[in-house]
Amino acid sequence: MNTAYNFAFFDEGSKREIRRATLKAIAIPGYQVPFASREMPIGRGWGTGGLQLTLSLIGKNDVLKVIDQGSDESVNAVNIKKLVSDTTGVATTDHTTEATLIQSRHRIPEVPLKKNQILILQVPLPEPLRYYEPSESETKKLHAEKEYSGAWLMLFEQIMKYGSMTTGADHPVLVHDRYVMAPSPIPRFDNPKMHESEALILLGAGREKKVYAVPPYTKVVSLDFEDYPFEPESFLDKHCRLCGSTGVFLDELVDEGTNETFYQCNDTSYCIETLNEVEPFGVK
Amino acid sequence: MGYIAVKGGTHAIEESIKRLKYERIHHGQTIEVERIKAGMRGLVDQVMSESSLYNETLAALAIKQAEGNPEEAVFLLRAYRSTVPRKHYSKVIETEQMNVERRISASFKDIPGGQILGATTDYTHRLLDFTLMDETDVAVQEWLHYYQKESFQGDEEQLTLPKVLDYLRKEGLIPPCENNNMEPDDVTRESLDFPSSRSQRLQILTRGETGAVTSLAYAVIRGYGALHPTVGELRVGTLPVTIDHPTDAGDEDDAYYIGEVKVTEVEMLMPVTVEKEYGKKEMEFEIGYGLVFGQNETKAISMGILDNCLEHPTPDFPSHNEEFVLYHIDSVESTGFISHLKMPHYVTFQSKLDSVRKTKKEGTKNEEGQEVKSG
Repeated sequence: MNTAYNFAFFDEGSKREIRRATLKAIAIPGYQVPFASREMPIGRGWGTGGLQLTLSLIGKNDVLKVIDQGSDESVNAVNIKKLVSDTTGVATTDHTTEATLIQSRHRIPEVPLKKNQILILQVPLPEPLRYYEPSESETKKLHAEKEYSGAWLMLFEQIMKYGSMTTGADHPVLVHDRYVMAPSPIPRFDNPKMHESEALILLGAGREKKVYAVPPYTKVVSLDFEDYPFEPESFLDKHCRLCGSTGVFLDELVDEGTNETFYQCNDTSYCIETLNEVEPFGVK
Repeated sequence: MGYIAVKGGTHAIEESIKRLKYERIHHGQTIEVERIKAGMRGLVDQVMSESSLYNETLAALAIKQAEGNPEEAVFLLRAYRSTVPRKHYSKVIETEQMNVERRISASFKDIPGGQILGATTDYTHRLLDFTLMDETDVAVQEWLHYYQKESFQGDEEQLTLPKVLDYLRKEGLIPPCENNNMEPDDVTRESLDFPSSRSQRLQILTRGETGAVTSLAYAVIRGYGALHPTVGELRVGTLPVTIDHPTDAGDEDDAYYIGEVKVTEVEMLMPVTVEKEYGKKEMEFEIGYGLVFGQNETKAISMGILDNCLEHPTPDFPSHNEEFVLYHIDSVESTGFISHLKMPHYVTFQSKLDSVRKTKKEGTKNEEGQEVKSG
């Protein structure tokens, strides 16, 4: 543990300030609360928003899990985990159920989260309206007036051009019937997990200096039209090559030898846990 | 195939960090922090300015660790800055108090106190000095000895000079300027909001990346802006920093002197046409202000230009748009976001792939439908 720095890197005043912004964010679901984002020892755009939330919240009894695009072992996840445990000495885990704080980039774990857990999502671009309005003062006004026709129009134009909504990850959602929110670039597959989530979901954008939140049991609806309903990524008829799971987000891989496409759980810890459960029954 | 989730991250990172250390020292030599401080004044100044942290030793250490890469050195210092509690705010510093080392005006030849060239590369010939290839500490000290004998007699005295612009104000050439004694907004303690206050703008500009600030100001005077500025005064020197007595705030005599900072200060003059009554037009001068840590003259002048641009927003030029300028000149933010593109984007890309495939399928369906109709 690195004792040259204060517990959890920041000075206590900075942590308190970030927590104040977080409380405000929880009080106004989906609203982007500006905060004095600090420069971090990792790059802006590499998860500094999530990291600041994690560091401001973490206590000695917490258990931390960090995932990057579904993987606990991805280099950036490892790097963030290392920084937090170096400056706090708290335990880390890969098991989703064991963690009290889960910092994640672009995925919500497959195992449903519980109310004693906080999910912290890293956000590159917190403004769902930025796509059509580059100015921050303008988008602030649009949010204040609940003027979201641009967001609907954006989806409508996609349907007109391509026959379907072509949002990839980061499909905008309406939170608590009030604010349109960028769910961070989680795949559309994960959007429904935000709805009525038992766990508190916090979203931190370090470079853009915003914190926002989906408190537990909050209504979160992906924007869509009656005749063009919201569609998550489809993995119909596909299953994980390793653990056999269906109904989870799958990575698409190509066998270098046979050139065949196969699929594998994106959530690596879920995949391993499923494998471990299956094994006692003699399936390998 | 590039989609395979990155595994074995821990080990890979450890090896990569080792390799980085190897790259830094593989010539079998190390450079002392003291030597960086002594010999890389320009880089130390730039790094302190962009980090908004005035500490030559820490800047030199950051430069050493970053192998001289300013982007990385600034990053290190800014991150360090986040861990330091804010214990005091200094008292207001009046720049008339500057101990001047260099002071010039491009607008007026004859200024009270005179033009003082000081140390500048402006009039050097940029020819590589090959004698520096084998400059020795002994030779350097010898030179210093003679120079001191020749140039410094007795105690070196403080040189404070009146501001050029005050002189012009007395002459009635520029309108008087009221002191704005409002508590400045601290952009490191509260995030920027729009419309921004001038104190926010000045802070973002002074800690902006030197190249970015210079480029935008260059664009302004080249044509993507509505300004034709002149350097009213540029001065380089040290400013004393004092803080209030903890129990007796406000008392000048009880304030504590905590050190000095070297800064470059620039006041730019911009001629503007103002309309008076009955449509009569008059020329007046406006001011653009630049102040940066260390000797960073190009950046200070650029800051002065952009300060004035942002005082006069116009949709005609992005350089006059505060969001465009202030959001994009920060070194840590711009380099961080650009470099994050190196991180894996497997999930987001998979998600986009799904959308792309869907549009392809829909496309074929539509075409088939049309064929049936026409057939």
